[in-house]
Amino acid sequence: MSARVLVGVKRVIDYAVKIRVKPDRTGVVTDGVKHSMNPFCEIAVEEAVKLKEKKLVKEVVAVSCGPQQVQETIRTALAMGADRGIHVEVSGKDYETLGPLQVSKILAALAKKEQADLIILGKQAIDDDCNQTGQMTAALLDWPQRSPEDGTFASEVNIEADKLKVVREIDGGLETIKINLPAVVTADLRLNTPRYATLPNIMKAKKKKIANVKPADLGVDVSSRLEVLKVDEPPQRQAGVKVETVHDLVGKLKEAGRI
Amino acid sequence: MTSPYRFCSKPLSVLRAGFQAGLRFQSTGPQASARAATAALKESLGGFSFELTDQQKEFQEVARKFAREEIVPAAPSYDKSGEYPFPLIKRAWELGLMNGHIPEDCGGMGLGIFDACLITEELAFGCTGVQTAIEANSLGQMPVIIAGNDAQKKKYLGRMTEEPLMCAYCVTEPGAGSDVAGIKTRAVKKGDEYVVNGQKMWITNGGKANWYFLLARTDPDPKCSASKAFTGFIVEADTPGVQPGRKELNMGQRCSDTRGITFEDVRIPKENVLIGEGAGFKIAMGAFDKTRPPVAAGATGLAQRALEEATKYALERKTFGKFIAEHQAVSFLLAEMAMKVELARMAYQRAAWEVDQGRRNTYYASIAKAYAGDIANQCATDAVQIFGGNGFNSEYPVEKLMRDAKIYQIYEGTAQIQRLIISREHLGKFKQ
Repeated sequence: MSARVLVGVKRVIDYAVKIRVKPDRTGVVTDGVKHSMNPFCEIAVEEAVKLKEKKLVKEVVAVSCGPQQVQETIRTALAMGADRGIHVEVSGKDYETLGPLQVSKILAALAKKEQADLIILGKQAIDDDCNQTGQMTAALLDWPQRSPEDGTFASEVNIEADKLKVVREIDGGLETIKINLPAVVTADLRLNTPRYATLPNIMKAKKKKIANVKPADLGVDVSSRLEVLKVDEPPQRQAGVKVETVHDLVGKLKEAGRI
Repeated sequence: MTSPYRFCSKPLSVLRAGFQAGLRFQSTGPQASARAATAALKESLGGFSFELTDQQKEFQEVARKFAREEIVPAAPSYDKSGEYPFPLIKRAWELGLMNGHIPEDCGGMGLGIFDACLITEELAFGCTGVQTAIEANSLGQMPVIIAGNDAQKKKYLGRMTEEPLMCAYCVTEPGAGSDVAGIKTRAVKKGDEYVVNGQKMWITNGGKANWYFLLARTDPDPKCSASKAFTGFIVEADTPGVQPGRKELNMGQRCSDTRGITFEDVRIPKENVLIGEGAGFKIAMGAFDKTRPPVAAGATGLAQRALEEATKYALERKTFGKFIAEHQAVSFLLAEMAMKVELARMAYQRAAWEVDQGRRNTYYASIAKAYAGDIANQCATDAVQIFGGNGFNSEYPVEKLMRDAKIYQIYEGTAQIQRLIISREHLGKFKQ
């Protein structure tokens, strides 16, 4: 099979880090904070590499949009088995306002340029939880889009005779869907368990190429139509009150104006 | 653990130069001038740096993830059962966390000692029993790496990268540990073979090894000097006459396989001699300069684990109305543990870096191993103390650390032998 897969990977704040809002309330603190690949993106990369190991695709290309640091994330994808990387340079203010619409435009342009047959993305990013990029990319390309794991148990993704075969577990059993290639697939949590990057692969990844591209080169305007007005922490959880009887409970609820 | 830091050896003049550079860039704003000052400082300070390369950080990350996600949960049951942790070892082998020193032309990664130490510390954090089983491979391989000819390297190192095999370093005997020159195992040349008879003891991986590095006495003359009397051999474990004893039940690192091995008329082909007859002692000792830093790293990993477990507990347990971490007695204990861990880390990193630079690192390696072994025991004991009654109990992780730590003052050169080496090196330098 001579298919080429494009995998989008996003550099986000590590899932284990405790998020803090910046004092000026314009965003969250990112300086000096541990970042890593979005967990859903790891699953996407794993799926792409598995397809390559099954010899169903020929090349896996990892793409990330952002400043210099996203190269680390692309390297991780290369260490997991991607063949080459593309770094779309977006920095400063543009990076702060970069959202699903712009990224999907970039991915669509790259898919055409690289003649990709399949795009695999993480379902959502753990920083903005948008769950939009996959769908928007498919719409822009007019390709079918599927999540092989729409909240149900793990399944398979296979390529058979120019069609993408997706097996999903549903309540009643297994559902097999065939969709035409080219297509967009978004990966959810239980699709697979991402592999560790082994040490020899980390060393090999250093020799793999990462191409640099600017959004302008792809004819994409990264200006945002959204403006963030304020970022706040969720309200602090207030202590509760214990009551002795149902009577007291009703009384308290009335006091609080709840009933 | 890896914060950038520039070591300043020429304070005033350098700082002045830095500030001048800063003033020159004033027009572009305070941040730019601060950056320029740091850049000027960096250039004039030369190579000394505490920064890890990107690749080293990635290696450390993989080892850390593996240790915390796979070794930590499995360690208590391996400790209780004493079962050899082969599944974990196999996983570590698959991830490339083992056999890092094997040269690239034998299928390995040719990693330096520093990189190996980074990985070892992370694995030891998970369980030093598992880490020792893995480390014994490096110890057994080191004589072959430093003294083996091409054929020997390809044969015995090559097979380690093709499948997860273990090897062992057979020097210690029931009657001779620190006094290596006192070993009695005899190797007698008969035609194209050597016939070996003797007893080895406390051999890590003794029952699991595919081959051993063996040190035996080839010159029977008691007046012959140590540097000529011994020979290093590679022995296939399935050679007739090699009899591993029972698995020893030790205080700690229980899942590691430690045995006595009897050699009864074992025939070794002369192709398996390292370098030549009489070269064994130097090879055996030379291996230590490269294996002591990783052992020190292992002890540091254990101490780090003790520190983290104790800190976590101290921030959860309350007494007299506050968290025990808020009581100075406990916070001071934690502070001293932290001091020891940071210093042990710097010590092994220096020792590893020295040998990677191609220099003789005996002095630093001994310091690192002696210090790390001692502080590992202190930190483990302090961790049990911070846990109080719970610390003494097997449901909590720290009593295992105390049991595991003890051996770091004994193997790979006892604490006393290290002090002998350090004093000899120190006085030697002084007299020059």
